[in-house]
This record gives sequence, structure tokens and C-alpha cells, in this order.
Amino acid sequence: MAPDSSAAVAPARPPAARPPSNAMKRFARRRSTIAFLMTLPLISVIAGLVAWPASYAIYLATLNRRMTAFIGLENFDILLDNETFRAVIWQSCFFAITAVLLKALIGFWLAHMLHHLPTKGQRKWRGMLLVPWVIPPALSTLGWWWMFDPSYSSINYLLNAIGGPSIPWLGSPWWARISVIIVNVWYGAPFFMIMYLAALKSVPEQLYEAAAIDGASGWQGLRHITLPMMQNIISITVLFSLIVTFANYDIVRVLTNGGPRDLTQVFASYAFQVGVLSGNIPRGAAVSLFMFPLLAFIAYFVLKGVNQRNKEMA
Amino acid sequence: MAQVTLRKIIKEYEGGVQAVKGIDLDIADHEFVVLVGPSGCGKSTTLRMIAGLEEITSGEIDIGGAVVNDVPPRDRDIAMVFQNYALYPHMSVYENMAFGLMLRKFPKEEIRRRVENAAKILDIGMLLDRKPKALSGGQRQRVAMGRAIVRDPKVFLFDEPLSNLDAKLRVQMRTEIKKVHQTVRTTTVYVTHDQVEAMTLADRVVVMNHGVIEQVGPPQELYHHPRTRFVAGFIGSPAMNFIPATVEARSGGLVLRLPQGIELAVPAARVAKYQAYAGKQVTFGIRPEHLTDTQHVSKADIAIFNAAPEVVEPMGMETLAHIRMEGAEICARLDPTVPAAPGVPMPLAADMGNMHLIDDATGLVI
Ligand SMILES: Nc1ncnc2c1ncn2[C@@H]1O[C@H](COP(=O)(O)OP(=O)(O)OP(=O)(O)O)[C@@H](O)[C@H]1O
Ligand SMILES: [Mg+2]
Repeated sequence: MAPDSSAAVAPARPPAARPPSNAMKRFARRRSTIAFLMTLPLISVIAGLVAWPASYAIYLATLNRRMTAFIGLENFDILLDNETFRAVIWQSCFFAITAVLLKALIGFWLAHMLHHLPTKGQRKWRGMLLVPWVIPPALSTLGWWWMFDPSYSSINYLLNAIGGPSIPWLGSPWWARISVIIVNVWYGAPFFMIMYLAALKSVPEQLYEAAAIDGASGWQGLRHITLPMMQNIISITVLFSLIVTFANYDIVRVLTNGGPRDLTQVFASYAFQVGVLSGNIPRGAAVSLFMFPLLAFIAYFVLKGVNQRNKEMA
Repeated sequence: MAQVTLRKIIKEYEGGVQAVKGIDLDIADHEFVVLVGPSGCGKSTTLRMIAGLEEITSGEIDIGGAVVNDVPPRDRDIAMVFQNYALYPHMSVYENMAFGLMLRKFPKEEIRRRVENAAKILDIGMLLDRKPKALSGGQRQRVAMGRAIVRDPKVFLFDEPLSNLDAKLRVQMRTEIKKVHQTVRTTTVYVTHDQVEAMTLADRVVVMNHGVIEQVGPPQELYHHPRTRFVAGFIGSPAMNFIPATVEARSGGLVLRLPQGIELAVPAARVAKYQAYAGKQVTFGIRPEHLTDTQHVSKADIAIFNAAPEVVEPMGMETLAHIRMEGAEICARLDPTVPAAPGVPMPLAADMGNMHLIDDATGLVI
């Protein structure tokens, strides 16, 4: 059952999303065999690149270090007893949730500002604001790493220039955690912005006019019209981003390499450390699989809600 | 409840388009006023300025004795029904209607009482839990009206509320709107491009064209005494016939010389009024209902001429005959029992007591 649903969730197709099973059946009945044959290449790609590796990872996670014996859930047992790993769970959740919240808020704020710019200026600003998202993150993280440098960095230079203290960006645990989040937000907020901008544009202007006549202030319009109308896009974007952010690897790897003292490790970087650098591949697989049940659970309910609203609204 | 006054309202959109060019209008308390005119004449713009959704370039709008130029829509105490209803798709019918009251912090029981009352007036009590998507066009229309009624505002504004409905439902909802107005008596400004809607609903009709008001008056007055050629042609269906004519003096009276040698005598009562136009080219206007077969005419001031219909359209209760003349296509309404066939000349009676003459230079009815 698990590899099966991973195949459906992992490619994280945005809007149209995954219909629940009875809709799935209807879908299967309605579409012709030709349609099935035409999607066969995609299905085999997903099977080869998602379903198979996922099943293989699950299989690996049940082996011993030398991959000679089946040991059931023992890898997970050992991990849960390990203090470093418990810190990794905590740090991963803190990192993912804070970063996603900030990305959503900043993305919404940017989208709102863009939406209210005249159309002519809008395209220019939209293009510029998308830049962080199109630079390969490993590269841009290097840039940030350089800016966070304690002695030569531009950020500390600016802080000093206005009379502030130097900050050990990557040296102290909390500042390192914050740095990782800053870079992730910088990289990911434009995605939220572009999704929310599209959602804002799809809210009919007349609803705001009707609300204004009904007595709504700007804030009330935002709360009672904009947000509910955007709810589907918001939940899908947050879900998608949550999955991707939990799996984030490159930023931590390049910026802090998990340090100081493994305090900024997240699941992906820790899995790499355990599985590849320390050579315990089954345990590394167990680390990377750790969040899967929870995320699959969340994804199921979010998509169910999205589907429900889709049916109720136009 | 309130009166609405527009003084010298001008609206100029960016790019210099003058959509409304100086409108003066007084709407009394409880009155039902319909703005009517062809597409693009500035009806919606005028309505939206009253609502506060559109800035006024110059002039003054007064609702209930206070100038509201700088008052935002939410403080004008108005309610509006949009052409496509603009129902909130994420709210149930009940929530849609309650929204305005909720924002104004009415107590829960009062909101429930008002919504249920409006639902009863509009007969939508069984739909309160549904989302707009699950409603038919007519039901959505009722909900949009309900949303306006529960507010008990000073003024109702309607922007072509029936134009998305099919013909039958449109007639039904028209009656419904009239009933509602007779019940709640709220001052109403109603925009439509359909002159039948305007005539049937209005206490007073405002005919607009190219951003100016052509004429304001009760439906009957507009029908019988149009002031301009535009109003004469716009009000009434089928539209008034316009035929080029020359006024000629004949032995103490006047006759109209029409194309194809047709001559019609002007009634004695009108001679003094038209005397000054003797020998001049004018346009003769007559409604299809005043151009009939000769079977049932008994009145005075009837002028009879012969013409051959090009097309004959039996409608059941009447038959429409379309006749081609030099420089005009005209329409006559015949009794269905009268034999009429395309290409066969027949006598037609023009009720000259209901004729109109239009000065071609000014476009005004003489
Ligand atoms: N936002 C705008 N910017 C520029 N011009 C506009 C704008 N809105 C309307 N106009 C112009 O103003 C004029 C009047 O428009 P309005 O919408 O009031 O017409 P209307 O009488 O309601 O027509 P309809 O029956 O088609 O709804 C039109 O010529 C239109 O092109
Ligand atoms: Mg309009």
C-alpha cells in the first residue's frame, strides 16, 4: 500500500490533484483505452523513478548494516533511541514549518503588492522577484554562505555600519538555524508569490465590489473574500512546499553541512551523513523514510478538502 | 429610504472617454426609476457612481440629503444586484444574505429573522443551506435580490439583473421584482437595455444615449410624447416607423407627401403646430400599432393608402406586415383575420391622430 500511495503523492502534481478512490474508478471507466495507452510513458516514468526507488528504500530500511539480514523495524527503533536523531526530528520540523509559514506569508504579501501594481510595472517586478527561484539553489546558497562569513561578510559589514553587532551567522546554533531558514525562504517565497498571484487574479473583481457594498472594509474583504477564495491554492501550495522543504538537502549541505554539532541537520542531510558518509545505507534509508507516513497522512486530508471545495464551488 | 439627486454628473475614464456627460436627475423617495438606453450609453457607469464603485469626475451625488461624493460604498447604505449576481461562491445562500448584516454586527437573532423573512418573500426558504453553484440561474437571481432586501438599505441598485435569464424566466422575475418593490417600497434605480423591462417596471423611465439623458418621464408619457427621434425609436416594440416626408399646404390644410406618391392628410388639430414646416423635408413617425388594416377603423383622422407587404409574419394575436418604401422599411400591425399576402397590394389605415413629425436638423419631435 505504501509504495503505491507514494507514487501518487511524490510527483506532487499541483492543482488538479488526486481524486479520491471512487472518483478514480469513475475516471478509469470514463477514459478510453487510448487515453491509457497515451499516458503509459508517463506511468512508466513514474513507476521507474518514483515507485521503484520508494519501494526499494523501504526494503533497504528493513536490512541490517551489511545488508545481509532482514531486521524489521529495528533501524527505526535504534534511531528513536538516538539523541542526535531526535534533535534532527525536532530541527527538521522547526525548519520546515517555520520556513513554509514565512514563505507563505511573504509570498502572499508580495503577490498582494504585485496584484495592486498597474499592469505595466507588474511584469517587470514579477520577473525580478522570481530571480531567487530560478537560480540553482546550490549556487545561490554559496552566495549566501559568503555573505554570512563572520569576518568579511557584507551583512555584518552593513550591520556594523549602522552600529549593530557582528552576528556569528553560521557559528552559533540558533543563528545557524535562522540562516538556513532565511536562505530557504529567500529561495522559496517567489514560488508562493507566483501561485498566489495567479490565485488573486482569479478572484472576480465583482466579489470585492459586492463585498464593499455589503459593508466590508479592505481587511474584511481580505478575510472573507480573498482568503476563502484562495483556500485551495493556499493548501496545495503549503502542502507541496512542506513536502519539498522537509526533503530539502542542498541548502543545509552547502551552508552549514549540518553543523554546528549536527544541530542544523535535517532528515535529508542527516540521511546522507548516516547512509553515505558513514556507510550505513539501511539506516540512512530509514532516516529518509521517517516523515513519509505523516506527510502522506497530511497530504490525504489536504487533498480531500481541496476536492470537496472544488465540488462545492464553481 | 431616501431620495437620490444627481447634479451635473460627468464621468471621464482614463484616456479621455467621456462616458457620462453631465447628468441631472432627481429620484424621489420610494420611486422606481429605470435607466434605459443602448449598449455603451453610460447606464452602468451612472449606476456605479451612485454606488460609489466609480469615482465621479465632476458633479455631485446626494443620497438622503447628504452629498456622498467622498463616501465609500460601504458607508452609503445602498444595496446592489449585479448582472452576474456576484454571489460569494464559498458561502451558503444563508451566509450570502447574512454577510452584510454580519459585517454590520447585527445580533444573530435579528439576522436570522431578516434572512428568513426575505427568503419567504422570494420563496427560497428551502435553498438556504446550498452553495450558489448548486442553484439555477433564476434561484441565484433571487438570492442576489435577497442579499439586497435583508439589508433594508436606503436605495436598491440593479444593473441588468435579468439579462442572464431565459426569456420566460425574465418575464417571471420582472413581475417578481415589481412585487418586491410594492412590498418593501425602497427607492430603486434599475438599469436595463430592454425597453419592455423599462416600461413595465418603472414609475419613471430615464432614456440615455451617448452619455446624456434624452428624456425622463413616466412610461406612458415617453410612449405617447417622445421628445426626440431617439426616444421615439427606442421606446415601443416593434419600433416606430420613420418615413421621409415633405409637408405641403393644401386648401387650408396640410398633407404629408411620402415616397411612391402616397399623400396623407394632417389632422386639423395639428395644422397650426406644423404650419411653419410647410414645404420642408421632415421625417414622419408612426408606430406600427397606428398603422393597421382598414377593417376596424372607425376613428376620425384616418388616412388610407395602398401598399404591398414584402413579408407577412402571423404572430397569433396579430399579424405583422413589413413593407418596403423608398428610403424606409415600415411595419404595420394587422388584425389576424385580415387576408394579407406578400406582394399583394392592400389598403392600410394610418391613425394620423397619433402621428409624429421630426425635424431632421435637430432630431427633435415637433
Ligand atoms: N473602465 C473603463 N475605462 C474606459 N472606458 C470605459 C470603462 N468602462 C466603461 N467605459 C466606456 O464608457 C462608456 C459607457 O459604459 P457603460 O458600461 O456605462 O455602458 P452601458 O450603458 O452600461 O452599456 P451596456 O448596456 O453594454 O452595459 C462605454 O463607451 C465604455 O466603453
Ligand atoms: Mg452596463
